[in-house]
Amino acid sequence: MILSGKWRERLLYLISPIGLLVVWQILLMVGVGDRRFIPAPSDIALRFARLAGSGELEWHVAVTLTRVFAGFVIGALPAVVVGLFMAMFKPVRILVDPLIAALFPIPKIALMPLLLLVFGFGDASKIALVAIAVFFPVVVNTYTGAANIEKIYWDVARNYGASETVLFTRVVFFGALPMIFAGLRIALAVSFIVLVASEFVASKTGIGYLIWNSWELLQVDIMFVGIVTIGILGLITSVLFQEIERKVIPWKAE
Amino acid sequence: MVAQRRGAAVKIVALRKEFVTSQAHLLALDDIDLAVSPGEFLCIVGPSGCGKSTLLRILAGLDRQTAGTMEVAAAGWAVKNAMVFQESGLFPWMSVEANVRFGLMTRGVPAAEATARVDAALRLVGLTKFRHHYPHQLSGGMRQRGAIARAFVTDPGMLLMDEPFAALDAQNRVILQAELVRIWEQTGKTVVYVTHSIEEALLLGDRTVIMTAHPGRIKRIIDVPFPRPRNLVALSASPEFGRLKLDIWQVLEEEVMRARAEEEG
Repeated sequence: MILSGKWRERLLYLISPIGLLVVWQILLMVGVGDRRFIPAPSDIALRFARLAGSGELEWHVAVTLTRVFAGFVIGALPAVVVGLFMAMFKPVRILVDPLIAALFPIPKIALMPLLLLVFGFGDASKIALVAIAVFFPVVVNTYTGAANIEKIYWDVARNYGASETVLFTRVVFFGALPMIFAGLRIALAVSFIVLVASEFVASKTGIGYLIWNSWELLQVDIMFVGIVTIGILGLITSVLFQEIERKVIPWKAE
Repeated sequence: MVAQRRGAAVKIVALRKEFVTSQAHLLALDDIDLAVSPGEFLCIVGPSGCGKSTLLRILAGLDRQTAGTMEVAAAGWAVKNAMVFQESGLFPWMSVEANVRFGLMTRGVPAAEATARVDAALRLVGLTKFRHHYPHQLSGGMRQRGAIARAFVTDPGMLLMDEPFAALDAQNRVILQAELVRIWEQTGKTVVYVTHSIEEALLLGDRTVIMTAHPGRIKRIIDVPFPRPRNLVALSASPEFGRLKLDIWQVLEEEVMRARAEEEG
C-alpha cells in the first residue's frame, strides 16, 4: 500500500515516542534501574489493560473529563463575552483590565482551599477551579484578538451601516475568532493541569486521585497508568480541538 | 449605452481638517471648495499627503471636518454612500456572497430581495461562480470586484473609491477600470474616485481635481473633454490624452518638487 505524504509524515512522528519506549524497556530488562520504582512500559501496559478491563480506569476518566468539560464551558463562555466587550467599550476595558492584571498571575491551585470552603468537597469546587483557570487565558486572548482587528474592518462596518449588535456578532467576534481559539487551546491544557492537581488533595475520584492514591500505596505502575492516561486525554482532546477549529475557521489560510 | 445620470450631489464650502496630537499639529485639508453634481464621475489626484483620502473619509462620514460645511443631497437614496477601500476590506471570515450581502443585512433588507440583489451584483462583476469562496481564495482583482459589488448592491447615491486598483498589476488594473466605467455607465451614479495616477484620473473621470500637499488644497479643477462611452485602451494611446496628461503633470510636478524640497529642507 502506498501512503500519501501526509500519512507518511504522521507515521514519522511516532518514531521518537516509540523509540523512547523501546529504550526504556530495554534498559530495565538489562537491569539498569529498579523496576519496583520505575516500571517498564510493558508493566504499565499490563496494568493499564487490567484497570481498563475492570472499568475502574474508565470511571476515573469519565469523572475527570466531566469536570474539565463543565469547567471549560463555564469559564470560556463569559471570558469570550467579556473580552469582546473590553475591545468594544472603553469603560469596560478600564474597569476589567486591572482586575485581570492582578488576578491572572495568581496560581489558580492556590484558590483550592477557598473553593472547598465555598463549594464543598464535591464536583462543584473542582469545576469552579477549572472555570477560573480557563477564564484568564481566554479573556486575554479574546481581547487581544478583537483589539487587533485591522482598522479597515471597523471602517467598512461603519460605512456599511452596521449597528452595535451587528458589529459585535458579525465583525468583532469573527475577527477575534482565530485568537479566541488560540486562547481556548491554552485553556484546555491549563484545565487538565489545575484539575489533576486539585484531585490530588481534594477528591476521591478522578485521574488525579488515582495518581495520588497509588503514590501513597506505592503502586508505582498505577501511578504511571494515571500519568499516561492524562497524556492520552490531552492528546485526544487537542486533536479534536484542531478538527473543530478547522471547521469553525474555514477562512484561515492553510 | 449611457444611463441617465442620477445620484447624490455634494457641496463643500471652506472645509478644513486638522489633526492634533500631542506631538504634532497637522493641517490636512484647508480651504476646500468643491461641488459634485449628480451622476458625475469626479477624480481627485494629488501627491501623497495631500489629504485626498481624508477628504474621502469625510465624505464617507468616517471622519469629521474641523471647520467648514459639507452638504450631501441624497434625498431619495436609502443609502447615502458606499466606499470601496484600497485593499478591498472584504471580511476574511465571510464568503464573497456574505460580504456582498453585508450592507443589505445591516439595513434590514428582506432576505428574498437581498438575495436577488446580491445575485445581480455578483453577475455584474462576474463573481457568480465564486460566491461561496472566501476572500483569501481569490486573486487581488477578484477581491476588488467583490468590494465593488458590495458597494453597488446597496444602491448608494454616491460611490467613494479610495485608490481601489492601486495594489493591482497593470493588466488587471486596465480590466477593472474598464469594468468600473461600464458599470458606472449602466447605473449613472455619482462617483468620487481618489487616485495618485493622473492617467487613471483622465481615463475615468468627467473632471479631475488636482490637490497640493501640506496643507491639502485644491490647486486646479480640470474638465476632462473626452466623450463617452470611452474605450480606455484606445483613449490612453491618443495624442489628446497624452497632451492633457502632460499639462497636468506639469502642474503636479511643481507641487511634488515643492513637497519634496520641504521634506528635505
